[in-house]
Amino acid sequence: MTTFAKVKRSQHTSIPAGVLALLILLVLAALPFLVYQSVTNIMVNLFILLVLASMWNLLAGYGGLISVGQQAFVGLGAYGVLFLAQHGVDPFIAIPFAILVGVVFAVPASWFLFRLSGGYFAIATWVIAVVAEIAITGVPSLGGGTGAALPGLSGIDPVQLGADTYWASAAVGVLSIAVVFLIMRSRLGLVLTAVRDNEIGARSVGVKVTRAKLIVFLVSAAGSAAAGALIAISQLNVQAANVFNIQWSAYMIFAVLIGGIGTIEGPILGTVIFIVMQQELARFNAWYLIIVGSLAVVIAIWVKGGIWAQISERTGIRLFPTGYYVDTAEDEMEGKRLGRRRISKVIGGDRQSGQLSEAAETT
Amino acid sequence: MLNAIIQGILLGGLVVLFACGLSLLFGVMGVINLAHGDIAVAAAYVAVAIVPVLHIPAIWIFAIVVPLFMVAGYIVQRLLIQPSLNSGPLTTLLVTFGLSVIIENLLLEIFSANSHSLAIGSLASSAFKLSSQISIAYLSLLILVVSIVVVAGVQLGLYRTRTGRIIRAVADDREAAELIGADYRHIFGIAAGLAFGTVALAGLSLAMYSQVDPSSGPDYLIFGFEAVVIGGLGSLWGTFAGGIVLGIATTIGLFLSANFGALAPHIVFLLVLALRPQGFFPKKVAV
Repeated sequence: MTTFAKVKRSQHTSIPAGVLALLILLVLAALPFLVYQSVTNIMVNLFILLVLASMWNLLAGYGGLISVGQQAFVGLGAYGVLFLAQHGVDPFIAIPFAILVGVVFAVPASWFLFRLSGGYFAIATWVIAVVAEIAITGVPSLGGGTGAALPGLSGIDPVQLGADTYWASAAVGVLSIAVVFLIMRSRLGLVLTAVRDNEIGARSVGVKVTRAKLIVFLVSAAGSAAAGALIAISQLNVQAANVFNIQWSAYMIFAVLIGGIGTIEGPILGTVIFIVMQQELARFNAWYLIIVGSLAVVIAIWVKGGIWAQISERTGIRLFPTGYYVDTAEDEMEGKRLGRRRISKVIGGDRQSGQLSEAAETT
Repeated sequence: MLNAIIQGILLGGLVVLFACGLSLLFGVMGVINLAHGDIAVAAAYVAVAIVPVLHIPAIWIFAIVVPLFMVAGYIVQRLLIQPSLNSGPLTTLLVTFGLSVIIENLLLEIFSANSHSLAIGSLASSAFKLSSQISIAYLSLLILVVSIVVVAGVQLGLYRTRTGRIIRAVADDREAAELIGADYRHIFGIAAGLAFGTVALAGLSLAMYSQVDPSSGPDYLIFGFEAVVIGGLGSLWGTFAGGIVLGIATTIGLFLSANFGALAPHIVFLLVLALRPQGFFPKKVAV
């Protein structure tokens, strides 16, 4: 029997999801006019964590590179903003420069790190972060170990500054999701999906795995540096012990593990859950991190794919159409009517749809 | 300079005690335990908590804490690490990272951020002089001797005892070892128990040697890991040499400037990684 099919990227839920996303974006943009600053301040933390989590997910969930040293780039981004602000540049304008600092540092770091894999890669990223922190604290003009206040923002009205900080972090947050989405829609995304599902298999069919991983490493360094720049601006103070703290890695990893690793939606959901728990459990001091960490460990071991995978598997909903779908029609007339073509080759697979292999078999 | 080298060798003993368990877990299970340093610190804190309650000399604390952590290692392995191994090596890494953060914050909540040390009386400060410039603390020498005994003991245990043979068999080929009746989960538990025991020993030694605070765990993990990589993966004596190299780098760095003392061992590690990534004494077979 001949099967007629059309390969699509969008799902029937994608269009309503797109409309909803636009509405959410509009509300997010108008938020400083709608709510008190205490709310937008929490939202700033949410967007910072969103950037960190989606970048770590790109690195670990798709690239298979477990890093526990992303705070190296967070710290360098924060210090990049501090350095430029000390030389008269507006801190908001310094954000792209901070990203550049992160990438420039990530290149030599990768020479060392990419000699290792798995757990050794992970600890080596930690070493890199420690080295970056010690090196920065050795520079007296950047405040040494005690840190320095961020100049250049003291003249601005606090309400205006709060709103500006919010918009900047919202922009970086949305941009980082967009970058991950576009990467996953591109050819590189196909490579990364293959690496995520079976790295050895991908290598054996000639996929340039190391190159893809390097790109992902640099992109996530850039994103983490942008988050570091936002941390510097939102706290108006840069201290090495804070911006290079391992807690940033803990936050991003817990958010991704809870929400779900290896999807775009997972880190977003995980970030929201993390921030809500942080707010609710704030009165218990460090216990909140113990509770959130235990939840992350339990989910990592016993709930495969995190909370998002549970939702997605039960409902079939996917907010970001990154995979491929095949609409099949058994009847030739109906196939022509729907404008579906005969399948000649299979382009790529997707773990969650599982439909392509079926289509390929019937051809 | 000679003094820096001698002090480095003494410090190396402590580093190798940390690295021993790390090496063992990776050799047997392929697991990198990111909570390794925090477990050492936890052992030190358990000792700090029970010494005033039991009113016993600090030395006896070893006989209580080390077996306690061996049992804890077996339980953690069977309850948490084994199920995470089944869902992939990356999951194990993330679970141990989660444990690291959980332990650190638990210690922070229970004992505050203040640093603690184990009081052991006159042994902590007494030393003998080799020359007018070189003095050797009895405690450092004792830790070095203990670490040599432990590394030699683990090595002997792996090669001379029945359990050691089964551990090596499981490390080499898990399926084949299972075919001849080895329960690999139990063997993994024993290996984790050994690793937790040695790292608890390291934590106790450290608390006598200097001070520990809840957030110092990762530093020891990093030192131990660097020793493993410098020495060459899978070789315990290589790790020992790596620990000594790091100890020497630290003391020579401190000799030059305070900031460089902290940076020097990491630079040595990165240089080795760049120039000789297989380490100095690489071993072809695991364990």
